[in-house]
Amino acid sequence: MAPQDQHQPDQSPPEPARTAHAPPVIRVHGLVTRFGAQVVHDGLDLDVRKGEVLGVVGGSGTGKSVLLKEILGLMHPAEGRIELLGRDTAGLPEAERVALQARTGVLFQNGALFSSMTVAENVMVPLKEHTDLPLALAAEIARVKIGMAGLPPNAGAKFPSELSGGMIKRAGLARALALDPEILFLDEPTAGLDPIGAAAFDQLIHNLQRSLGLTVFMVTHDLDSLTSICDRIAVLVDKKVRVGTLDELLQDTHPWIHEYFHGPRGRAARHAEA
Amino acid sequence: MARDGARLEPTRDGDGGWTLAAIGRWDLRATGGMARELEAYALDGAGNAAVRLDLSRLDALDTVGAYLLSALAQRLTAAGHPVTVAAVRPEHAALFDAVRAVCPPQPEPPAPQHPILDMLERTGRTAIHAVHEGLALLSFLGLITVTFGRLVLNPRRLRIRAVLFHIEQTGLNALPILGLLSFLIGVVLAFQGADQLRRFGAELFVVNLLGVSILREIGILMTSIIVAGRSGSAFTAQIGTMKVNQEVDAISTLGLDVIELLVVPRALALMISLPLLAFYADIMGLFGGAVMSYATLDITFGQFIRQLHGAVTLPHFLVGLVKAPVFALVIAMVGCYEGLKVSGSAESVGTLTTKSVVESIFLVIVLDAVFSILFSFLRV
Repeated sequence: MAPQDQHQPDQSPPEPARTAHAPPVIRVHGLVTRFGAQVVHDGLDLDVRKGEVLGVVGGSGTGKSVLLKEILGLMHPAEGRIELLGRDTAGLPEAERVALQARTGVLFQNGALFSSMTVAENVMVPLKEHTDLPLALAAEIARVKIGMAGLPPNAGAKFPSELSGGMIKRAGLARALALDPEILFLDEPTAGLDPIGAAAFDQLIHNLQRSLGLTVFMVTHDLDSLTSICDRIAVLVDKKVRVGTLDELLQDTHPWIHEYFHGPRGRAARHAEA
Repeated sequence: MARDGARLEPTRDGDGGWTLAAIGRWDLRATGGMARELEAYALDGAGNAAVRLDLSRLDALDTVGAYLLSALAQRLTAAGHPVTVAAVRPEHAALFDAVRAVCPPQPEPPAPQHPILDMLERTGRTAIHAVHEGLALLSFLGLITVTFGRLVLNPRRLRIRAVLFHIEQTGLNALPILGLLSFLIGVVLAFQGADQLRRFGAELFVVNLLGVSILREIGILMTSIIVAGRSGSAFTAQIGTMKVNQEVDAISTLGLDVIELLVVPRALALMISLPLLAFYADIMGLFGGAVMSYATLDITFGQFIRQLHGAVTLPHFLVGLVKAPVFALVIAMVGCYEGLKVSGSAESVGTLTTKSVVESIFLVIVLDAVFSILFSFLRV
């Protein structure tokens, strides 16, 4: 049985006070990103607090995915400093970089499952690579993670090509959670899911975040995810970022932010939540 | 039992039950070695006493630790102990509950294995698949023929620009690599032939060897194989990518004919360029042979041409060249067919491109053998 069925959906709105004084686990300071003459980020500062769910939004081309890649070390910024779990990610020795990567998990937009492996083998890749667990135990742990991600037990033996879009996301989530990471990065987790599947996935992330004590960094366009599971929201505007709770951002007078949250879709999502 | 800071401490309670305290860090890095010990864990002399699993003294708990503890609780229950989990710390409770909810997922029973039967089944499936594939290719050939027939009746629909573009891509751009390789083949053939024929004092017959083998077989085969690798694969990749981007679907919904638009221009272009390339490869091969003959056997170009004139007749040359359009059609057909078979994923583009090259080279060589048999019947 899927865990989200076990836990009664927690209907209480996220309480920002819960994490208001938690220390930051991701610190981005003075970030500058350029592509040729085009400046994407110009002196961007962002702190992500331990144990919070941060939703990152912004118009197309404002560099949401680029920011995610820079924090993950897949791209290098032109200037600025990125600290992940207290370590400056630039110029980190190979061994420490790998150790840091084992403490973060990433769910890519299309799952990025290894297509030549079954779901269970996919989940076992980080377990085999970073731990010396006996193979049988690693397989058991993979089964537990697959179950926690809300997949039926027989999904483990399937190949990614045999799964639906929602199941691929859940399998990707199981792999991201394989090593019990402290920070979970999600790139558009609900994109391409139907509204029911998207709501179930939001609830799953919410439950896992509570039970595993995760910090979640979520790039999203889904207004329902923002209103239902995010503690704070970071909006990329004018090459910088504005962070606040939903209520704070509703008061923001910046035209893009105002349009985003007070446009017809924003109103609808808030109305549904209320 | 103690290992890396994670351990279990059993104590007998006053009421006859037992308390099993989990102590220390039960996490990924600390518990790896404990799995096997826990598997065999038993409370000696406890009978069917009730067990309290005390989790209050844990320093750390993650999914692995929670899994090991819940599996332990289940094993003890199965061994006849009524198990209660007690004193879970609030920060561990949610995780422990979440893991218990999915633990242990029933291991799927392994499918029974019959290696010989499996192999037979695989062989049978492969054979049937090959037959289906052959039939599908044949019907694709029919589709191309019908479309081509329609275009002959209505030639204004033929996309001349596309044909010319593909002639440039498959023909003109292949000249450097094809010329170099044919030249080298001629050099190698002349060298090896000269080595053998010198023993009989028949060095001059190297020219006959070169002339007949290059014009009849090697020129056209080399050309077809290179073109299959260069252009057949390109056809599959181009059409496959269009398929992934749903461009092929767009073509259909716009009321255009996919075969007419994508396949016929490629097939026609290749049927024009491959004979020309084969002729060019013949000349370059003979040239390479002549250079080598001059270098090792002192046969001058004049002697070479005279001897060649006596050795080969027009049929030799035509036998080679008449195969070219047929091979071209096969290469283009397989390339386009595999491209259109691409479905959805970018991964299948790669797989099918490989398959298209292997399949078209295979068919070219098989057809070459068929042609040989045919020509021997016709005494050409």
